[in-house]
Amino acid sequence: MKIKNSFLRGLKSGIPIGLGYLSVSFTFGIMAISLGFAWWQAVLISMTTVTSAGQLSGITIMVNPGQYIEMLISQLTINIRYSFMAVSLSQKADGKFKGIFRWLLGFFITDEIFAVAVNEENVTRSFFSGLAVIPYLGWTLGTLAGALLGNILPDSVMSALCIAIYGMFVAIIAPKATKEKPLLAVVAVALALSCMFYYLPLLKDISSGISISVCAVAAAIIGALIFPKKEEA
Amino acid sequence: MDNIQFLIYLLIMAGSTYLIRAVPFAAVKKKINNTFIRSFLYYIPYTVLTAMTFPAALYATNSMISAAIGLAVAIGIAIWKKDLTIVAVAACVTVFVSEYVIGLL
Repeated sequence: MKIKNSFLRGLKSGIPIGLGYLSVSFTFGIMAISLGFAWWQAVLISMTTVTSAGQLSGITIMVNPGQYIEMLISQLTINIRYSFMAVSLSQKADGKFKGIFRWLLGFFITDEIFAVAVNEENVTRSFFSGLAVIPYLGWTLGTLAGALLGNILPDSVMSALCIAIYGMFVAIIAPKATKEKPLLAVVAVALALSCMFYYLPLLKDISSGISISVCAVAAAIIGALIFPKKEEA
Repeated sequence: MDNIQFLIYLLIMAGSTYLIRAVPFAAVKKKINNTFIRSFLYYIPYTVLTAMTFPAALYATNSMISAAIGLAVAIGIAIWKKDLTIVAVAACVTVFVSEYVIGLL
């Protein structure tokens, strides 16, 4: 009963992520088709990779023949943030969430799934599995829909859907940052760095996947040095 | 593009992305006691999300104004009521309405 409840709670927590993914992967589907991919290729990429920035950069490399090393390097730099998240999540995983379950469920560590999971006191296998279901379906179906239907949704609806994922991010950051002053300061540093990488000459030429990792790591290091978290009892 | 080449690319992309997630997750079994690393790991999710949201979110919709209003509403509702779905839906509706209003002006 406890396991079922925790799975269902995870399932419910995944709904906003799934909705957000629907719109993002829809755009990915359209882009893949416009670059010359078949619909099943776009869907296969989404089902096996499940990462927005990595996939976008991946398909632009794929259209050129034989750039395997470039592909590897771009994926590693864009996705290195998942390693930090995985280690962070490993600290919250409960006693039974180990071994094969980590190898299986580790596949689903995305920015958003991680962000929701890490808000838990303890992350159980059942909660995490439930949490992964709807985002994964949303990511897959959104890609399929985008690839097959293209621009069938009115522009105004597409535009509104595009803010969903960011609304979700804000909902994760804002409540905690307004309660904890150090976190607010660290978030402000990340925001300032991110804007620098977006607008300043030279810095703005760096791909978004890399600059997000750099900004996030730099701000978190500054935070860890200036506001170390006291050991939790 | 032929299917063989597609599959090689897919293998590199999906394989590296999987390993980068699963290996650290499976490998770190103990509690980390180092305060610096613990603090870093505490802050990293929030800094990643912040860097992904700002300023990119301002350019995600048809107009910077609608995006800014949508984000502001999202922040307000997030602080008041923490539910992720409500915040996400409210942000979408706000963007939709404000673009409609901008269109009328």
